[in-house]
Amino acid sequence: MIEHTAIQNTFDVYAIREQFPILSREVNGKPLVYFDNAATAQKPQVVIDALVNYYSEYNANIHRGIHTLAEEATAAFERTRDTAKEFINARCREEIIFTHGVTEGINLVASTWGRQNIKEGDEIIISGMEHHSNIVPWHMLCSEKKAKLKIIPIDDNGELLMNEFEKLITPKTKLVSIVHASNSLGTINPVKEIIDIAHRHNIIVMVDGAQSSVHLNIDVQDMNCDFFVLSSHKIYGPTGVGVLYGKKELLEEMPPYMGGGEMIKEVTYDKTTYNELPYKFEAGTPNIGDTVAFKAAIDFVNEIGKDNIRKHEEALTKYAMEKLSKIDGVRLIGTAKHKTSVVSFIVEGKSAYDLGVLLDGFGIAVRTGHHCCQPLMNRFGIPGTIRASFAMYNTKEEVDELISTLEKILKRKR
Amino acid sequence: MSEVASIEDIEQEIIDDFSLFESGNDKNFYLMDLGEKLNPLDAKYKIDENKIRGCQSQVWLISHAEGNKIFFEADSDSDITKGLISILIRILSNHSFDEVIKFNLNDFMSRVQLNSFITQRRSNGFLSMVERMKKDALAYKAKAQS
Repeated sequence: MIEHTAIQNTFDVYAIREQFPILSREVNGKPLVYFDNAATAQKPQVVIDALVNYYSEYNANIHRGIHTLAEEATAAFERTRDTAKEFINARCREEIIFTHGVTEGINLVASTWGRQNIKEGDEIIISGMEHHSNIVPWHMLCSEKKAKLKIIPIDDNGELLMNEFEKLITPKTKLVSIVHASNSLGTINPVKEIIDIAHRHNIIVMVDGAQSSVHLNIDVQDMNCDFFVLSSHKIYGPTGVGVLYGKKELLEEMPPYMGGGEMIKEVTYDKTTYNELPYKFEAGTPNIGDTVAFKAAIDFVNEIGKDNIRKHEEALTKYAMEKLSKIDGVRLIGTAKHKTSVVSFIVEGKSAYDLGVLLDGFGIAVRTGHHCCQPLMNRFGIPGTIRASFAMYNTKEEVDELISTLEKILKRKR
Repeated sequence: MSEVASIEDIEQEIIDDFSLFESGNDKNFYLMDLGEKLNPLDAKYKIDENKIRGCQSQVWLISHAEGNKIFFEADSDSDITKGLISILIRILSNHSFDEVIKFNLNDFMSRVQLNSFITQRRSNGFLSMVERMKKDALAYKAKAQS
């Protein structure tokens, strides 16, 4: 059974729910049960307020404006950079590059560091549980440079085969790009160990933190990764903002990603000299309002405390997995020892799509399909799964609702 | 051979059937019932050539022509999608190439209030299936005219 008493001493899920206006709405005549948090998390009132406040009070283009609004907007934008730096414990603010999200972060590194450093015959290693966003940019780079993409295999629980990883490394291996926590299985990978091994062979490591940065304490210095990417919208912040962290010495060596305003120091018709970090990688007007509001999201998470959130989510995940595994025909996909709050499953003989549509009819939002991980689904020999993913505001009662509704749906069909 | 009902009449029958349901899920369950009743496609036809890929469910479709009429058979791994397919087959199969080509899916889905399946749930392969049906009808028509 879930042990809620211990959690509630430090964590009041019902008080937290009050801060998310969307959670009080109904869907198809039923109270919304939102279990699609691994796709995107809902936003607390403080984040919505920060957005409204920015557009109501100090919307202006940043950095070069000399008027008051521009100064206020610039200060708020740069405060988010400082907050993000603390959030992942980067050494300095120059290591925090704002992007549109994880996908852009990975593409940025592939297009700049990748094009500069990957040569014909070189090898890039990823894992067998990557999101397409950590596969396709490397396919594109490998095809351009005639390099080779190698895959770390996984076992039936959805854990990496670490001994196989070491075997993949050769003198040609230049980069390991690995997901920290799997979006479809929830597996938390031993990234520190992977980075240690890779660094012993002078291999650069990029960590995809799309799914981990909302659940786990991130310390890029302790992890010692060379690049780390995250998206604001998975951390209760606005969509369209992300962070690329890179070690300063690497970022300095890299060519710019896009050319335009902001990223330049001086432009003549003969040549351009580039701006300093982090602005070298931030061409054009950035997503100012959403970046400003991202700070409110980080502050909100910090205030509640990631350790408290994690305990709550772990309890929900364990409870949901126990309950689901007792339903006839249910097979859990992703049973790693260390997991985030992702529960993926299939029901034998039933289409995940059909169950997802029916659950939605009862107000329960889950995700169905391959979760942008087609190679991983092929590994398990399934077209897709039903995925319930939990956030700080989900409750045991909501898990019970999912279980009883699923049982009801399956009974109706039998 | 009995007279084939017009597309308009079949559409109206289906609209009347669906008007009996109040909640979205009653419609979904009904679609699944219809899907289960659809004749399964022989395994030999479930090949890549006949496959219409959706993000979430897969559809296999075959057609043949008799005179100026087209006939369809289809299958899916999703019962809901199969239900949608069975409706489409009921409307379009055994009708002329031109009727299939000019069939207005958006209009029909909106009248039967199943438009969510062709808007936010584009991923189910259903929309691509209708495109394939029209393409087949166009190809048979071109062949007949040549």
